[in-house]
Amino acid sequence: MIVELGHFALLLAFGLSLLQTVVPLVGAQRGWADWMAAASPIASTQFVLIALSFGALTYAFVTSDFSVVLVVDNSHTLKPLIYKISGVWGNHEGSLLLWVLILALFGACAAWFGGNLPATLQARVLAVQGSIGAAFMAFMIFTSNPFLRTPFPPFDGHDLNPLLQDPGLAFHPPFLYLGYVGLSMAFSFAVAALIEGKVDAAWGRWVRPWTLAAWICLTIGIALGSWWAYYELGWGGFWFWDPVENASFMPWLFATALLHSAIVVEKRETLKAWTVLLAILGFGFSLMGTFIVRSGLITSVHAFASDPERGIVILLIFAVFVGGSLTLFAIRSSALEAKGVFGLVSRESALVLNNVLLAVASFVVFVGTMWPLISEMAFDRVLSVGAPFFDAAFTPFMVALAIALPIGAVLPWKRGKLARAARSMVGPAVLAIALGALAFTLQTGRSVLAPIGLTLGVWLVTGSLVDLWMRSGRQGFGDRVRRVLRLPRADWGKAISHSGLGITIFAVSAVLGWSSEDIRVAHVGESFEHGGYTITLTGVERVAGPNYISTTGHVEVRDGERLVTMLDPEKRVYPAAGMPTTEAAIDVSLTRDLYIALGDPQENGGWALRTYVKPFALWLWAGAIIMGLGGLVSLSDRRFRIAAGARKAPLAAAPAE
Amino acid sequence: MRAFVLSVMLSLAAPLMAGPALAVQPDEVLSDPALEARAREITSELRCVVCRNESVDDSTADIARDVRLMVRERLVAGDTNPEAIQYMVDRFGEYILLNPRASGTNLILWISGPVLLLAGLGIAFVAIRRRKPATEVLSAEEEARLKDLLRD
Repeated sequence: MIVELGHFALLLAFGLSLLQTVVPLVGAQRGWADWMAAASPIASTQFVLIALSFGALTYAFVTSDFSVVLVVDNSHTLKPLIYKISGVWGNHEGSLLLWVLILALFGACAAWFGGNLPATLQARVLAVQGSIGAAFMAFMIFTSNPFLRTPFPPFDGHDLNPLLQDPGLAFHPPFLYLGYVGLSMAFSFAVAALIEGKVDAAWGRWVRPWTLAAWICLTIGIALGSWWAYYELGWGGFWFWDPVENASFMPWLFATALLHSAIVVEKRETLKAWTVLLAILGFGFSLMGTFIVRSGLITSVHAFASDPERGIVILLIFAVFVGGSLTLFAIRSSALEAKGVFGLVSRESALVLNNVLLAVASFVVFVGTMWPLISEMAFDRVLSVGAPFFDAAFTPFMVALAIALPIGAVLPWKRGKLARAARSMVGPAVLAIALGALAFTLQTGRSVLAPIGLTLGVWLVTGSLVDLWMRSGRQGFGDRVRRVLRLPRADWGKAISHSGLGITIFAVSAVLGWSSEDIRVAHVGESFEHGGYTITLTGVERVAGPNYISTTGHVEVRDGERLVTMLDPEKRVYPAAGMPTTEAAIDVSLTRDLYIALGDPQENGGWALRTYVKPFALWLWAGAIIMGLGGLVSLSDRRFRIAAGARKAPLAAAPAE
Repeated sequence: MRAFVLSVMLSLAAPLMAGPALAVQPDEVLSDPALEARAREITSELRCVVCRNESVDDSTADIARDVRLMVRERLVAGDTNPEAIQYMVDRFGEYILLNPRASGTNLILWISGPVLLLAGLGIAFVAIRRRKPATEVLSAEEEARLKDLLRD
């Protein structure tokens, strides 16, 4: 019964989304205030209905209702509760429902917090948002309905793919979807602005927090996914340039570019058409990502429920929205007149450089991802494009970006002097190069990758700090510290995020350049040396888990006499899904991860054992989280609270300055 | 050659997801560390042809193990890295290369990034330059007047 209610709520929400598309659009065109005003309650109701529908599906999973096909295919009575819940979106249909739920949430937010927007703009934004919802709900209802029943309920389910039975699944997809779908707000604003023919500073101030929020979620989502792969796949890789990873990375690159160009729109009222284009492309690539994941057109380790026919429908949705909005852009973008003028050396130009580098980098990832398909269809040449290509073709863009960033960040608006900006960064440059050179001399016979990464990382972090410090005036030390602390949060957010980028760049190169690996047959009781540690396999035993059987190794790690840690790497078999997984054991510390994975038993009685020392691995994800944190700090800046939430929080005003 | 790849693919059930456990097994490792390092370098650039986007170095599929062993055999037999790679390409086709060769139509793939970067920078440069004169350049008359004013 509850499942039917959920199904019905979804159908109702679909109907409402059609209304939400048409009514406010007509109202805005004709200037009918009541038609425009209808958009907000419709958007709120639609969200409530989809939330009910999602709740109903979750209920079916939690109670293991095996009359629902989706539950049979993806759940099992013995599965721990958290995986019963996260199993709701660990499959095609359920993940679409989550997608639509988040889309409706963003629509509802535009209704709740958008009261101070011009009425026509708000109406049009909600209409575009409604149309995206309508398309995806139609897709779901007609091709991928999560509420279908089976007339012959089995006694138990087929279980969720064991690789997905991990806390990672509970958090990674929701964050990623918040990011993907959050970009729909920027898209809706862009299309609404094209219909209005007007983009001004207020528009920029509106779009930025939404983009920022989406970007934060995307950053965290990607970082979580990378971390998950790192500990789950059993050999310590953290990024594979897999099509599906690329599908999340391309919108991230565009969102990053959009974030920066929206600043120019907001502060200087220029780069308007470009910013609108970025907003369209950002969401366009989100849709493309959905298509890549769902269609199975491009083979990937992630495609847990792909189906070519459904892929075609998503491609159609993609074509309609991106094609339509780009056509609209071609017709209307000339109406977006730029106001601010700026010189070749200026903050604006630096942000243009940022945009060009990020957009082209994203394009390189796109071409690399699609090339096997293009090459086979156009040139009858079957080939692969893998990590070596992306490493070679993508990395230069990030290096260029990192080199230019600290100098660009201190250039003044309108017109600046390059020499002056460069002079202020002499300190960070000297320090960065000196540390890089030191690392290079200390390491013997390894690649220059890690020292270069160290140089870039130090350059970014100290450059950000110097930028903050330079804004504190010329008074005494104490006075300057007070001023730095009182700088706008947007400035702090900028420094924090850029530092996070530096930390991530350093960690990526340190892990790639300085990792060491040991593969051997380990006999119980015997010790071996690796990376300065004495490692002993003390025993292997069988342990029964709730829905799996584990072979658990016990490993003792000593540094000389001192016991560093005891690690228990596991191999698991999930009988219901008939699949084995590896659970690597990792000892995490600030300076290195010690990563041990257990392999198969050997003929002579030993066990295959892989040991890695991965320097600064923790900093990889810490850097990404710091980037996201910087975004949060920036999001809490006074001007957004005033502009975006004025009605909501009049009392939360910052103290007078 | 493609037919061979296809028959290999069909004859082996493709593992659906990245496999568990260890890819490179202890018994595969060569005793000469320099040779082993070269082998790892090569195998990390070869695709496991039945897997979904995994290198033979990372894959647990049987055929990946065969490829790893074959590469090591070739190296022990005295092949250089390019020779060993070519040996694999002769057997499995270009599909096995994760690093697509920069030749023929693949040139489009390799140069599209640099070309687009130059184009983007060029367009941005022209656009920013063109925007300037309208408001920033003073006419000769204005220049003279400005000098006049500054002199006072």
